[in-house]
Amino acid sequence: MKLVKSAALAAAMAFASMSGASADTLKIAFIDPLSGPFGPSGQSGLNEWTYAAAQVNAKGGIQGKQVEVIGLDNKVNPKESLIQFQKAIDQGVRFIAQGNGSSVASALVDAVEKHNKRNPGDEVLYLNYAAVDPVFTNDRCSFWHFRFDADADMKMEAVTDWIKGQEQIKKVYIIGQDYSFGKAVAAAAVKNLTAKRPDIEIVGNELHPLGKVKDFTPYVQKIISSGADAIITGNWGADMVLLIKSAMDSGFKGEILTYYGGSKGAAVAMGESATGHVKAIVEHNTNLPMSDAHAAYVDGYEAEYSEDDYYYHRISNAMKMLAMAADKAGSTEPKAIAFALEGMTWEGPTGTITMRADNHQILQPMFMSTFSKDGVTRGVEDLPLGWTSGANDRIEGEATKTETTCKMKRPS
Amino acid sequence: METIVFSLLNGVIYGLLLFMLSSGLTLIFSMMGVLNFAHASFYMLGAYFAYTISEASSFWIALIFAPILVGLIGAAVERWGLRTVHVNGHVAELLFTFGLAYLIDEVVKIIWGRNAVDYRVPELLDFPLFELFGAQYPAYRIFTLFVALAMLAGLWFILNRTRAGLIIQAALTHPHMVGHLGHNVPRIFMTVFGVGCALAGLAGVIGGNYLVTDPAMAVQMGPIVFVVVVVGGLGSLMGAFLAAMLLGLLQTFAVAIDTRFADIFGFLGLSETSEVGAISIASLAPMLPFLLLVIILMVRPRGLMGDREL
Repeated sequence: MKLVKSAALAAAMAFASMSGASADTLKIAFIDPLSGPFGPSGQSGLNEWTYAAAQVNAKGGIQGKQVEVIGLDNKVNPKESLIQFQKAIDQGVRFIAQGNGSSVASALVDAVEKHNKRNPGDEVLYLNYAAVDPVFTNDRCSFWHFRFDADADMKMEAVTDWIKGQEQIKKVYIIGQDYSFGKAVAAAAVKNLTAKRPDIEIVGNELHPLGKVKDFTPYVQKIISSGADAIITGNWGADMVLLIKSAMDSGFKGEILTYYGGSKGAAVAMGESATGHVKAIVEHNTNLPMSDAHAAYVDGYEAEYSEDDYYYHRISNAMKMLAMAADKAGSTEPKAIAFALEGMTWEGPTGTITMRADNHQILQPMFMSTFSKDGVTRGVEDLPLGWTSGANDRIEGEATKTETTCKMKRPS
Repeated sequence: METIVFSLLNGVIYGLLLFMLSSGLTLIFSMMGVLNFAHASFYMLGAYFAYTISEASSFWIALIFAPILVGLIGAAVERWGLRTVHVNGHVAELLFTFGLAYLIDEVVKIIWGRNAVDYRVPELLDFPLFELFGAQYPAYRIFTLFVALAMLAGLWFILNRTRAGLIIQAALTHPHMVGHLGHNVPRIFMTVFGVGCALAGLAGVIGGNYLVTDPAMAVQMGPIVFVVVVVGGLGSLMGAFLAAMLLGLLQTFAVAIDTRFADIFGFLGLSETSEVGAISIASLAPMLPFLLLVIILMVRPRGLMGDREL
């Protein structure tokens, strides 16, 4: 009996000390690939989260708590992600950040929803900074999920608006990764192109295995022989780099319209011959006019992580909004923060940023950026080349708003 | 037309790369009866060595020394590893190479990191060689073709025109007889294992920059190499060559074909909107080698050119 008592006491003390440790830190578990073909994408995401946390901590943290980012490698595998999610929960984590792969996001949205239902008072908040399958802010929207990147449909709206004004584009080839995100991009491209430019012929619409193709030359040669003037692709990570490398090696002359042309390694693969032809629809590029404070933030990042270029501006937004919501709620409880985030609007470095209350999708200015040689003050990957956008390439946040089918269920 | 020309070119190059990888495995497998699970790891080592050497000096030096280095490691593995394990039978050998593959994997991750390294095509060969139907063809690919052909010719010469080759050939088909004739079979084994690994290393040197050099390359290449060996048949380099070409062409042609199941089986009433009908041949490309493996094992268990059953 005595033994049981002391064991219980020890357990209680261990528990108390554990919660004591988590009382002055706010832990964010970063669940993304840190190895394999998508490792570079995940690693630079982790670097930016860590940097954003350090910046917040330097100013006293969030509600007096220091922010700690824990990197967990999920190998872009939904099953592995759930294991890492459980690991995070066991460490007392209440906030998770994920972005690479809508397949993973799909598993995590469910896992978070389930966990929160079963553990009232111990909820987890999901900060999605890059998984853009539109379904997470439509049919499968969740109160615990907030997306800080424009979804695939919003981006495609912008891409096809640009194509609308390009008379010389007559044939378009759509290529993407074979999973929910690639399919969402292809569907959005077909829908938008038929509505905006019915005269355009879609000469190819193809999906390739995710992260498995090592040589895109056969695909590119197929694209070239189809006579396409433009390629639309949602590829990211190694799939983006290798696709663009093959396109350049094979001398593809048309436009390449991407979501993630800024993927690490792509700029080196593109080189000077790609300038003017490769575009990416993004929320930020480093050649935009910047305030001093924002420039200092970007410089600080690139100085600390010299192997990286500042790319995920949305991570900085997410961290700032998390801090603002905590201040507004006067608490670091995920539930209170979630309510405070809904409908939050503020002036960010690039313009007005709003978190929609109805489906938890962010609205922020988007930029149709072009890989260029001229007007580049900040190059990428140690090249004199970089991403630029003109005055006409800016799309205000409000203009990117799409209809939603979300019926948000809020906890009482 | 252009599809056929391009697929032929790409298929032949990929096929030759596969042959380079599997020729060593066939030699080792047929002679020693060891299914070397670590073979693709030697291919990966070749690519990483080439990357490091070409960073420090030049690609051309890497082209010569990386395979030699890999070959030496291979020979050392045989001499101090496999030979000791050999007394415990084939299962022990199999497990040994299996463990070795994981070991090499982890060592590579520790030394070169978990992500792909920037192993690039040498500048001298980084230009479009010719233009075909509007698409440029990179010179490096043609260079790959020539290296592979040179290796093929060299291997053929050694096996068919030299005394060492005769002994190896004899050992391929009648390993025990060769031993009884008084040849130093362990030394032959070590040499063959080393040379086989060096060939895999060479494939790594020229394949690492044309494909990708990352820690996953061994795991991805491994199964396909086994398919080549099994389909080609035990003890037959010719068979391995045919199988490698067949697989290379099959995979690249499949990518190039846009046909969907609905187009082929449309007469059976399969519609394009149905799940099965929407599957395209191109998306089946990664599966084809294994389909071939299963079919060959069922229909012709000794492989295309093999003379022994597995």
